[in-house]
Amino acid sequence: MSAPVPKSPVLEVRGLKTHFFTRGGVVKAVDGVDFSVARGRVLGLVGESGSGKTVTGLSLIGLIDPPGRVVEGSVRLGGQELIGLAPDALRRVRGRRIAMIFQDPMMTLNPVLKVGTQLSMALRAHEAVSADAVRRRSTAALGRVGLPSPEACLDAYPHQLSGGMRQRVAIAIAMLHRPDVIVADEPTTALDVSIQGQILHEMQSLAAETGVALVWITHDLAVVSSLAHDIAVMYAGRIVEYGAADEVLSAPRHPYTRGLLESVPGEAAPGSELLQIPGSIPALVDLPPGCAFRARCRRADGSCETMPEIVADGAGRTLRCHHPLEAA
Amino acid sequence: MLGFLIQRILQAVVVMLAISALVFVGVFAVGNPIDVLISPDVTQQIRLDTIARYGFDQPLWKQYLAFLDRLVRADFGRSFVFNMPVLDLILSRLPATLELTLAAVLGATLLGVPLGMYAGYKPDSLVSKAIMGLSILGFSVPTFWIGLILILVFAVNLGWLPAGGRGATVPILGVEWSFLTAEGLKHLLLPALTLSLFRLALMIRLARAGMREAILSDYVKFARAQGLSEGKVIGGHVLKNISIPIVTVFGLEFGATLAFAVVTETIFSWPGLGKLIIDSIQSLDRPVMVAYLMLVAFLFIMINFLVDIAYAALDPRLRTGRA
Repeated sequence: MSAPVPKSPVLEVRGLKTHFFTRGGVVKAVDGVDFSVARGRVLGLVGESGSGKTVTGLSLIGLIDPPGRVVEGSVRLGGQELIGLAPDALRRVRGRRIAMIFQDPMMTLNPVLKVGTQLSMALRAHEAVSADAVRRRSTAALGRVGLPSPEACLDAYPHQLSGGMRQRVAIAIAMLHRPDVIVADEPTTALDVSIQGQILHEMQSLAAETGVALVWITHDLAVVSSLAHDIAVMYAGRIVEYGAADEVLSAPRHPYTRGLLESVPGEAAPGSELLQIPGSIPALVDLPPGCAFRARCRRADGSCETMPEIVADGAGRTLRCHHPLEAA
Repeated sequence: MLGFLIQRILQAVVVMLAISALVFVGVFAVGNPIDVLISPDVTQQIRLDTIARYGFDQPLWKQYLAFLDRLVRADFGRSFVFNMPVLDLILSRLPATLELTLAAVLGATLLGVPLGMYAGYKPDSLVSKAIMGLSILGFSVPTFWIGLILILVFAVNLGWLPAGGRGATVPILGVEWSFLTAEGLKHLLLPALTLSLFRLALMIRLARAGMREAILSDYVKFARAQGLSEGKVIGGHVLKNISIPIVTVFGLEFGATLAFAVVTETIFSWPGLGKLIIDSIQSLDRPVMVAYLMLVAFLFIMINFLVDIAYAALDPRLRTGRA
């Protein structure tokens, strides 16, 4: 995993802003996000709860419910602009060219429908397929994600499967139409650590084999470090640090990224007091101007009252900070 | 499944026994049918003979045992008033009520569920607010008033529809039905409408609540992320999920309406069970009252049983737990 390969990206996000117009004010859940992913690459979108990473994911596939709305920006999938696309045209893109999987595999599969029925519906959403072909392709799809007996699985209901198997089914559904991009919203968070590892491995090889690009949304840096090629760290609706995964993780330059890394217990010596980032993410309604992280930042001073621009450091890293940490 | 069936049948027997005791005590504590049966100026001997013939001189527990014995043989005795076997009397009236109830509850469900689902899908639209207004109306306005107003408007003022009775009937399998003739349908319309308004309101509320909950769920989000059309998301995913409470209420309302369509049947002189029971209470026709109450209890038990089976069909999670 070296610096981002200069390949033309399959997914390109520019200046994406998704705001929620609530009675209490405008919540700027995503407020100017840029990133891109190339085929077969994995982008880790990292941040605390409330940083806007899930809303970013939903914005990509056009599933923001009112009162939320993508107010600005561009999402280009293989050159095609998705923002502003008519609902039906967008529906034809969803599931076929860009798919999404979610956190809790018990909740994402419909509890009262057989796995086979759900696969068949997903398949027929975009293709007219005979019953025979549905069965054949569903079985193949389940086999591809490492389910031991795909035939039996088709006739099972979600509650008869384990959490890991359910998430594999969800991944199989997402992979059905061989999409260009899969947005994965914390798909391993609800799983046991051992199952988590298996799923990560599975996704990694699927990405390598099929060339699907992954946007992996997570708060878990350990997951990202083993999977992602690039990392975008989000804070309060903006990307604050973006670069090659191994570089960002080994030498973070934004104080927030540094704080996140220090909060991981595995990094600290046993018995020593764990470090933490003081405070919590600010409410996104009427966010004061300036760097949103400054109230929690040890390096903040007067200059942080103006919003820092996102700047490239010349070594493949972009940063949004007035007082970045020294490059390694 | 077999164990479940046996369990439910045993439960049903116990419930029926308890009901029979309640019915017996309740009904036999009300008034003295002898006063109604014979004229007050007969001789004392005739009076005593009549009492002995109906077994009213026996102690209460003996009367109860005799009553149970007859129940088991499905012998509900003869109606004091109509002087015919009670079972025949009730069975002759049941189709009318069954027809009215089915029309009302089925109509309310078939109309109320889509309306409620729409109101849950687009809660802020004007149409949804109108639908919810209708449901509040259905809950608040008493049945007898609706019935009277409908008669006033459609029968008296406009003269479009008859105010009462059942109209022409067509026999099928030896039972008379009125929904097969145009005239019968005309007679059916107003009472069915009256009876259905409350059920309609209930179904709207239920479907709306189910829809509101489902539409925010992750499986709906995932279905949309697969590129399913909204029609498929609703019809393929949501409908089956929200049908469990709807089936329950359908069953319970069907039973309740069957048993207690009394007011509507009285207003529209619909010759069904409700009218029969009101007449019987007024004339202290004990065998009819008892048979009616036992029948209602039996119907409820059967309906609950069917609802349970429907659950298992709808929700796979219940099936495994029971295997």
